[in-house]
Amino acid sequence: MFESLSDRLGGVFDALKKRGSLKAGDVDAAMRDIRIALLEADVALPVVKDFIAKVKEEAVGEQVLKSVTPGQQVVKVVHDALVGLLQSDDQDLTLIGEPPHAILMVGLQGSGKTTSTAKIAKRLTEKDRKKVLMASLDVYRPAAQEQLKILGEQTGVATLPIVAGQMPVDIAKRAMNAGRLGGYDVVMLDTAGRLHVDEQLMAEVAAVRDAAKPRETLLVADSMTGQDAVTVAKSFEDRVGLTGIVLTRVDGDARGGAALSMRQVTGKPIKFLGTGEKMDGLEAFRADRVAGRILGMGDVVSLVEKAAETIEAEEAEKIARKMQKGEFDLDDMASQLKQMRKMGGLEGVMGLLPGVGKIKKQMAGANIDPKMMLRQEAIISSMTPQERRNPGVLHASRKRRVAAGSGTSVQDVNKLLKQHQMMAKMMKQVAKMGKKGKMPFGLGGPGGADLSQLMGGGQMPGLGGPGQGLGGGQLPPGMGGFPPGFPKK
Amino acid sequence: MALTWFQKIKQGLTKTSSRLADGVAGIFTGKRRLDDDALEELEEVLISADLGPAMAARMVAELAKNKFDKEISDLEVREAFAAHVTSVLEPVAKPIAVDRTRKPHIVLVVGVNGSGKTTTIGKLAKHYSEQGLTVMLAAGDTFRAAAVEQLKVWGERTNCPVIAKETGADAASLAFDAIQQAKEQNVDLLLIDTAGRLHNKTGLMQELQKVVRVIGKQDPDAPHDTIMVLDATTGQNAVQQVSVFGDMVKVTGLVLTKLDGTAKGGVMVALADRFGLPVHCIGVGEQADDLRAFTANDFARGLMGLE
Ligand SMILES: Nc1nc2c(ncn2[C@@H]2O[C@H](COP(=O)(O)OP(=O)(O)OP(=O)(O)O)[C@@H](O)[C@H]2O)c(=O)[nH]1
Ligand SMILES: Nc1nc2c(ncn2[C@@H]2O[C@H](COP(=O)(O)OP(=O)(O)OP(=O)(O)O)[C@@H](O)[C@H]2O)c(=O)[nH]1
Ligand SMILES: [Mg+2]
Ligand SMILES: [Mg+2]
Repeated sequence: MFESLSDRLGGVFDALKKRGSLKAGDVDAAMRDIRIALLEADVALPVVKDFIAKVKEEAVGEQVLKSVTPGQQVVKVVHDALVGLLQSDDQDLTLIGEPPHAILMVGLQGSGKTTSTAKIAKRLTEKDRKKVLMASLDVYRPAAQEQLKILGEQTGVATLPIVAGQMPVDIAKRAMNAGRLGGYDVVMLDTAGRLHVDEQLMAEVAAVRDAAKPRETLLVADSMTGQDAVTVAKSFEDRVGLTGIVLTRVDGDARGGAALSMRQVTGKPIKFLGTGEKMDGLEAFRADRVAGRILGMGDVVSLVEKAAETIEAEEAEKIARKMQKGEFDLDDMASQLKQMRKMGGLEGVMGLLPGVGKIKKQMAGANIDPKMMLRQEAIISSMTPQERRNPGVLHASRKRRVAAGSGTSVQDVNKLLKQHQMMAKMMKQVAKMGKKGKMPFGLGGPGGADLSQLMGGGQMPGLGGPGQGLGGGQLPPGMGGFPPGFPKK
Repeated sequence: MALTWFQKIKQGLTKTSSRLADGVAGIFTGKRRLDDDALEELEEVLISADLGPAMAARMVAELAKNKFDKEISDLEVREAFAAHVTSVLEPVAKPIAVDRTRKPHIVLVVGVNGSGKTTTIGKLAKHYSEQGLTVMLAAGDTFRAAAVEQLKVWGERTNCPVIAKETGADAASLAFDAIQQAKEQNVDLLLIDTAGRLHNKTGLMQELQKVVRVIGKQDPDAPHDTIMVLDATTGQNAVQQVSVFGDMVKVTGLVLTKLDGTAKGGVMVALADRFGLPVHCIGVGEQADDLRAFTANDFARGLMGLE
């Protein structure tokens, strides 16, 4: 399976570099790679074609060919073009004029409308200090209205009382009325999921729109959506009229090309990203983040955020301090193992890292087992504090004791020690490189340095560096530093 | 307004197919020599039906094997593709085989968020009740707001008892209780709902493994079916989903929902090719009757816009 665009283009342009001249065929090959990369990321075909036509000239221009790493340069050109297309100036909700402002939520079945309604309401309440009322117009799906009511209770946002038998347009009118009388700033209208080809239900939501005159009409769409995203988005835009898009399930690992398709075909901004089932799983849209994903470069932003979430700041600081001195004992290793487990194991971490296509494949081949990490933690915890600080003292009989204590074999203990040695060695390198602000271990590929430049400079060094702060937050120590030959089954 | 099921599936699948059919037709106005350019364009059209680059490349290569450099028409191309798709799907088109001697035959329903798990359970409950089986439902989604209430409504609609606990309860222990009650009441079929979860969330996947373990303790062969529900609008990520769910909870079969829209569900071809998991049935609407058997030929011909 295709891994990342940078890997592929690297090949095309390496060959080209050797020859020192450009043939029409080379350009076509590069364009084909970009096209396949986008298609594999679920960007719709017409959108892909459009995009290729736009970037073609720049992607094989002077700038690129003169560069030391033309493959990476092309990726940068493509990445920047994607960011340019995804981004827009009006990503915020525009709630101007006389309140209450209606926000109408529409979309296919199961896309995440109800959940996103409550998340946005919570955000408006807490962050923007708005008085918000939510109403469910979903009279079709079993328990849909109860769902919103419960979410209202969970978030402390008011919901319109449910009146059995009332139809959507009437509920919308009642909600707007209640909004006016109750002095609400915003009235959020959650609607039933509907297919864009369902004439009757599309007419119904158009009638709701006419009754409520929403300031915002948001299409809620799943980031896992395939090629059909264009049809869906276009239909909703034509029939209802949209002011923006909410992209849900960005916490998954889909490449998310649907985002580009929908943005292109509607011309409407993506306003929010849904990043979880819970009510705090909502973020403002970030174009670079989605662009990186579409290109299979991983989601660096998510990785950093995830790491910041799961890693105790104090512990991180402690390790960072040690690492700066190039120290790394078995206690540090145990805490790294634990943190990795919390972040969803190696795979969870790897899925988010850029440029790790190859490593990831190797890892899959190596059958890395989360249970193995647990076992390794057990081995370390069976050691005495002295042994952990100074593994050199672990001779044969001590190893036997540790193996027995952790329910493993001496062989396992040896493996762990060897691995620790390797990690310690790398930490020393990190300490050195960290001073220069360079990325340690190149994150597994030739893309390392260029990618950091591409992702906006400051981020990548921080990622692997020995705990330099990023956006004020504490960094995961040795994030990039999961060494080769990590535990195997 | 009420369409017959036949119309519905046809409507679903032909709408589904129109872009693909249009795409092929756009490349071949009348007859055309099947050269490299034509092959590349065909490959793109297949990709635009969610078949994915790898599957698309293989289908085009297969076509080229026999027809390269020959004059060929739009219809011939679609027929050839349909035949290929049928051959890939034929081996996986298998209904659920409920064993009435098990009392209960236990079916665990899994999948990512919003794919249609709970609705599919409602539809299966109706289908098997009508076949004369006693069916019980277990509200194993103890996480999502009003998930329990949703399944309870399906229980009422289909006249099937629903075993449920409060939201926030342990899903594995709910499954345990449900199996106990199903045994006591001599039920033929127990359908266990689970909370939607993304395959890349290790914690949630481990929780699901625990549910499977607890079920296995009651009956070493259970769950007898672990059915993964997929949304037909999903793109290439479906491959990853099936791969991970398959590894973690040993999925035994698939159900494809929302085929009444314009999504082609083309990724199913890639899935069948890669995993060979049975496809039991498809969802073509939100109502209890909107469940259909999955047949390879219909699906393939529908996908290619052929009568
Ligand atoms: N992981 C994840 N799950 C989400 C996200 N947004 C919604 N969900 C889940 O997706 C499922 C469907 O969400 P709903 O909000 O009920 O979707 P809906 O569009 O209102 O569905 P219908 O009303 O049935 O059309 C639920 O299980 C949600 O918890 C998200 O951003 N990430
Ligand atoms: N059009 C159509 N809608 C469907 C189909 N199957 C399910 N739905 C709708 O899709 C939405 C989600 O269905 P659910 O059954 O709640 O999905 P789920 O997988 O249980 O969702 P979570 O439990 O939140 O993960 C609902 O609005 C259903 O009515 C189908 O075959 N066609
Ligand atoms: Mg809803
Ligand atoms: Mg459900």
